[in-house]
Amino acid sequence: MSAFEYAPALESTAIVDIKERYGHFVNGKFQAPKSGKYFPTINPATEKVLSNVALGNASDVDLAVAAARNAYVKVWSKMPAAERGKYLFRIARILQERAREFAVLETLDNGKPIRESRDTDIPLAAAHFFYHAGWADKLEHSGNGASPKPYGVVAQIIPWNFPLLMLAWKVAPALATGNTVVLKPAETTPLTALLFADVCRQAELPAGVVNIITGAGETGALLVNHPGIDKVAFTGSTEVGKLIATSIAGTKKVATLELGGKAANIIYDDAAIDQAVEGIVNGIFFNQGHVCCAGSRLLVQESVHDEVLEKLKVRMANIRLGNPLDKNTDIGAINSAAQLAKIKELTSAGDQQGAERWSAPCEIPEAGFWFAPTVFTGVSQTHRIAREEIFGPVLSVLTFRTPQEAIEKANNTPYGLSAGIWTEKGSKILWTASKLRAGVIWANTFNKFDPASPFGGYKESGWGREGGRHGLSAYLKAIK
Amino acid sequence: MANENASRIDVLKTYKLFIGGAFPRSESGRVYEVTGANGKHLANPALASRKDLRDAVVAARAAFNGWSDATAYNRGQILYRMAEILEGRSAQLTTEISALEGVTPRAAALQVQESIDLLVWYAGWSDKISALAGSTNAVSGPFYNFSIPEPIGVVAILAPSSPSLLGLVGAIAGVITSGNTAVVIASEKSPLPAITFAECMATSDLPAGVVNVLTGSTTELAPWVASHMDIDAIDASGVSTKLLKEIKVAGAQNLKRIKVFGEVKSTARILDFMETKTVWHTIGI
Repeated sequence: MSAFEYAPALESTAIVDIKERYGHFVNGKFQAPKSGKYFPTINPATEKVLSNVALGNASDVDLAVAAARNAYVKVWSKMPAAERGKYLFRIARILQERAREFAVLETLDNGKPIRESRDTDIPLAAAHFFYHAGWADKLEHSGNGASPKPYGVVAQIIPWNFPLLMLAWKVAPALATGNTVVLKPAETTPLTALLFADVCRQAELPAGVVNIITGAGETGALLVNHPGIDKVAFTGSTEVGKLIATSIAGTKKVATLELGGKAANIIYDDAAIDQAVEGIVNGIFFNQGHVCCAGSRLLVQESVHDEVLEKLKVRMANIRLGNPLDKNTDIGAINSAAQLAKIKELTSAGDQQGAERWSAPCEIPEAGFWFAPTVFTGVSQTHRIAREEIFGPVLSVLTFRTPQEAIEKANNTPYGLSAGIWTEKGSKILWTASKLRAGVIWANTFNKFDPASPFGGYKESGWGREGGRHGLSAYLKAIK
Repeated sequence: MANENASRIDVLKTYKLFIGGAFPRSESGRVYEVTGANGKHLANPALASRKDLRDAVVAARAAFNGWSDATAYNRGQILYRMAEILEGRSAQLTTEISALEGVTPRAAALQVQESIDLLVWYAGWSDKISALAGSTNAVSGPFYNFSIPEPIGVVAILAPSSPSLLGLVGAIAGVITSGNTAVVIASEKSPLPAITFAECMATSDLPAGVVNVLTGSTTELAPWVASHMDIDAIDASGVSTKLLKEIKVAGAQNLKRIKVFGEVKSTARILDFMETKTVWHTIGI
């Protein structure tokens, strides 16, 4: 071992207790699925089965929606707002207390590095509950009229890339505003949501306020189309977002949609290059690139292209890919075989269309799903890898000469979720930020999230915001 | 338009489309007859085609950068100027509304006055809406973080038939005060005030293409509006429930924001066609 190699530093899994199988969490209790069926959830770093979870069918959805309606009508909508808030404070505190347990479980089920689940996902999830808890008794100050009202029962469908954090983004504002919830976690990452059911138990949250049903897309569709649903909140692909928008047309349901992205990360020639390189790495390799707002299109000014790429490759060569439970790991496992296949398909298209591939030299473990950090240079705007969301650790590099050209290229996408700007010149940051058609702009930073900061996209990246006062409003009917 | 001289023949207006600041006829050459509430012939306005719609969207998109980049003060003054010009056209609009809607000249005149005052109301919002809907956000970390509302882009308006002028003015003013540009499908039944109002806009220093007005069949044009990939949002207040559903289904192709409003005087008409942009910047030395 050389002086600069790390010894393995494995996080213990003794802290988690995974049951052999889980039912749906409905009306405050785990209940066997009416379908009688279960499906496995695996650890993507080992491909070993972690547990089996219930497969929701129409009867399961019926029961969950009925429980949520009952809790809404009889308990949650009648409770004084301050008391509602106190339940959310309790949940925030319990999440903090059990943070390590959640972090380990998230890493096992999702494949993300423990460093990220421990330092980002779980603390932010707790923060989301704490932030929204404080809103519960202040809704009349939220800019939605003197007495804004909840919608009622909300269907929430969340993705696999930040399982507990996305749960928090959805459940916290819904509960703070007085709605009740039927939540469906992603089929590959249900376990932290099911552990959250235990947090609800410890917090003594009234039965039926939060219901969790598991399943794949069909279960989600049953939930969205259920007549007992008043509002849909979805995070996932633009393709499914459009299906949801279509299926709720002609109904009274409203929707919040957080969908895909193909963010431009713009590096001007007057940027602090070393910092920018760190930002590029964080922008695209954070969470294996399984991030809707990932900085997947690097737009680098021509005059600094070679310097940036040289430094980027050096930095990428030092990224540690491997066991997600190792505290030194930077890049964990790709979440599923299906996602890995999609990344491989799109990167092959990159090769075929003439872009030049470079991957960091790293050892790929034998079991599990992995993809080495990869950068494509010589990418043109028509290449699929410049247009389609890869949702993996793959960066496409394009160049520009003038700021106007950077804007033109950055905005040349049906998406509009996020973008990055790197320059030391303040006026240029504000000029660029004002021209970019995207909902979240990071200047001299990237991939920062906070419950107080609205998140969401322009164009085909979705409808509405999550977080902040703006996100709260998505769960309130303005009564003027 | 009282005729003082009984033997004089009125010079009647040809009602044409308003696209990119000009008043063309429909490329299709089509017109349709509009009659008053009493069944009497009033005019043969253009029956706009899908191609006219496309031309209008091109004009609206081309105008977007300039209009959204204009200072809010400037936009507010132009909306105010629209009110000034509308005031001067009161008599003509009163006549048109009265004939089309079958209301008394007094009721029609009141509608025109209300429309003028509504424009003044929206004019004042241009430089205030961001103070209402924006925020600085107390994030946990060394970052300056703020959110601002920005115009969404090109908004199509499917205008209601009644009140023909007031409903139209409220829709247009709410859309453009923030910097959006608009493609209006005028009420099929009552299109004349829309074109006369277009003549007001054309003489109000409103840049060409910011508002484009098409007359014709709403049921024919609405599906093309809904499926047009360069329209960002639709004010569908003027359509039936059945058509609204079709519009929402077709609009899902590019996730258009599709809204329906009740009151003409509402900040929702501004904010529902704006997007929130949040900017993070590091704080440090």
